[in-house]
Amino acid sequence: MTLSGDACFLLRPGVMALLRPLLLDVVPTIQQTAALALGRLANYNDDLAEAVVKGDILPQLVCSLSEQNRFYKKAAAFVLRAVGKHSPQLAQAIVQCGGLETLVICLEDFDPGVKEAAAWALGYIARHNSELSQAVVDAGAVPLLVLCIQEPEIALKRIAASTLSDISKHSPELAQTVVDAGAIAHLAQMILNPDAKLKRQVLSALSQIAKHSVDLAELVVEAEIFPVVLTCLKDSDEYVKKNGATLIREIAKHTPELSQLIVNAGGVAAVIDCIGSCRGTVRLPGIMMLGYVAAHSENLSMAVIISKGIPPLCTCLMEENEDHIKAAAAWALGQVGRHTPEHARAVAVANVLPTLLSMYMDTHSSEDLQVKTKKALKNILQKCTYLPALEPLLHDAPPNILKHIVGQFSKVLPHDSKARRLFVTTGGLKKVQEIKAEPGSLLQEYINTINNCYPEEIVRYYSPGYSEILLERVENYHPVL
Amino acid sequence: MATLARLRARLPALREECFRRNGAVDEYRKKEYKAAVKIQSWFRGCRVRAYIRYLNSVIIIIQKWWRGYQGRRYFRKMVETAYFIMKMNFYNEMAVRIQKRWRGYYVRKYTHNYYALKKYLEAISVNNEIVRKELNEYAEMREKEKKKKDLEKKEKEKDHQARKMHYLLSTEQIAGVYNSPFRKSPDPMELLLRKSKPLSHRQQPAKNHLICDWSNCTRSLTFPTAQPLPPIGRQKPQGPFRDTAEVLQQRYKPLEPTLRVAASINSLEKAREEIKREEWRNCVHDNEFLPFSSYHKKEKYDPSIHRSGRYDQETYGIKHFREVQPKKWIADKLLEWSGMWNTSQI
Repeated sequence: MTLSGDACFLLRPGVMALLRPLLLDVVPTIQQTAALALGRLANYNDDLAEAVVKGDILPQLVCSLSEQNRFYKKAAAFVLRAVGKHSPQLAQAIVQCGGLETLVICLEDFDPGVKEAAAWALGYIARHNSELSQAVVDAGAVPLLVLCIQEPEIALKRIAASTLSDISKHSPELAQTVVDAGAIAHLAQMILNPDAKLKRQVLSALSQIAKHSVDLAELVVEAEIFPVVLTCLKDSDEYVKKNGATLIREIAKHTPELSQLIVNAGGVAAVIDCIGSCRGTVRLPGIMMLGYVAAHSENLSMAVIISKGIPPLCTCLMEENEDHIKAAAAWALGQVGRHTPEHARAVAVANVLPTLLSMYMDTHSSEDLQVKTKKALKNILQKCTYLPALEPLLHDAPPNILKHIVGQFSKVLPHDSKARRLFVTTGGLKKVQEIKAEPGSLLQEYINTINNCYPEEIVRYYSPGYSEILLERVENYHPVL
Repeated sequence: MATLARLRARLPALREECFRRNGAVDEYRKKEYKAAVKIQSWFRGCRVRAYIRYLNSVIIIIQKWWRGYQGRRYFRKMVETAYFIMKMNFYNEMAVRIQKRWRGYYVRKYTHNYYALKKYLEAISVNNEIVRKELNEYAEMREKEKKKKDLEKKEKEKDHQARKMHYLLSTEQIAGVYNSPFRKSPDPMELLLRKSKPLSHRQQPAKNHLICDWSNCTRSLTFPTAQPLPPIGRQKPQGPFRDTAEVLQQRYKPLEPTLRVAASINSLEKAREEIKREEWRNCVHDNEFLPFSSYHKKEKYDPSIHRSGRYDQETYGIKHFREVQPKKWIADKLLEWSGMWNTSQI
């Protein structure tokens, strides 16, 4: 039963037809070994798994599961898992031949290995779509899985938690079923367990439950996970950090009150530290969480700013290679800066607007990144009154962004004389004169407002082609002798 | 009669005259009648007109007064409403001023309380500092624990290695590998070797495999084998033969001798020699009872029996051998008991 790369060669002589009668052999060892062989074959390749299904082996396995010893049960559950993991159709085939009921019976077995194999198989079946999950739930698996979570064996806990996570991820009703079985309390207790893989699965399960609706998120929060969850953000395992950040994100995104709760518990600081210490896709849930918190209200956005949230977001924007992480960072910055001029100033001071603009203009950026950076720029620029940060953007921006920048200048310059002076000395006025705008458009109005702030000579001085006009005057001048 | 005749002669002329006169009067009558009517109607018209004129003037006075009255009433109403509106505007203005002040105050104090917001944000930053500190401490603690575990594991490894390499310990004569004479002080490994106990060659306990290794096919599986398998392809022989599997099982049953059979004849001598060899091997000193010089000095002097007792002759061995306890003798009581016995039998 060695697993070789050319296992498909075994298909040709009809290995399924050979293995099938061995399943009914008198000797139990042969049955177990045959089942194990089938499992390994199905595990390797989905064509082989389909061959297992087509060879009518599943009904036999399912029937004989109930009366055999624990080794056979483990092997048979392994076969079901290997078949069910490849595609929804194969999993549906398992459901149709009544595999779910036998797996649920295996969940009640005494041996923890059998329970683990059965839970694993159920998890792979429920993973594909919500109908299969519903079928698993209807077979009565959820209360038994909650019991499995309370068992002392770590591996069993891991698998049971991952199965609950797979069941509850599809729809709110399934998540509600899992919650009604009392899973949240046990999952919340297991956050303190030192095993890293278990923590991954537990955090993933809680986040799948909390993501569907406000009530479910509130139920998860009532299980007193804060501030314990924040310690998970300091774990040495990357995926524990990622799943912890995902859980906090799913809770924060629903209502401002939940975000407020997280902020009051110091969650924002922990997530910011977590972002600073990770690299790559592990950062993504943390970035999105900051965006959601800042999006709800300006006080929460100010809380994010005070917790020193902007520098990590800027570094994410600049350092990361993946476009979707950059897009998320740009979106988060836009949410932070869009509320009031104070917020926009805080974002602009971090010198991130030129980066956003360059990403928007870059042809290599994906569509999503361009759209998000454009929205973020628009949102921030509409409230930004910090002129030193707006200056560099005048030179590079495309017309649709330029409109907003010039608009902001036209709002600030009439009232601030120092700013007017600075505007002239830094060459902004010159640049504004060079902009070609359609008469009657908004841009032209803004330009007129700016020009009205200055005496006419200066405006004429900076208008393009003025030096030629002067030289022409020199040419046409007849000196009075 | 003449008059009558004259009258009768005048009659038709009278008649005609009558007719003529009535007719003439008739003609004039209409005219006069029309004229009279005209005059009367004119006069009546004048009278009526005068009357109407009179009425008109009177009515005008009445209407004049009445309309003045109505107009004044109306004006009064208008003035009242205008006054009312003016008052209401004024009140509205004042109310707006009050509400303006109040709403500004309320919003600034309760809804968008700047100072409360500032305090809240400061509190958040303080809380964040605390949380960050605690999380850092937690992370450090975990790091320390991990380091400690690693260190302990390394120590254990080293100890195990030292126990295995115990033979490398240096002796008086031969300096070991880790105790070179050119070094100022022995290597730490040397010290470890000195501390450790030699490892006896016993089987290491089999590591317990985790359950999840099982289905990942990471190790070779062993199922419990109960029976040996019969040969393949053998058709069942015809006749009253026993089951092939059973026969083969019986034929190839492993030997299970009894202890007596399994033990060899000279096992006893061998065992004794074995014990002797072990004792010879294990004892460190050959001369077991070599005295140490100071040993005798510490020894207390035990006098012999002769010296420790009285200087008499011992009565034991000469006068008597055993202790004598006359009270326990039952010889004289036997007679009584035999008497009782006999009497009881009867």
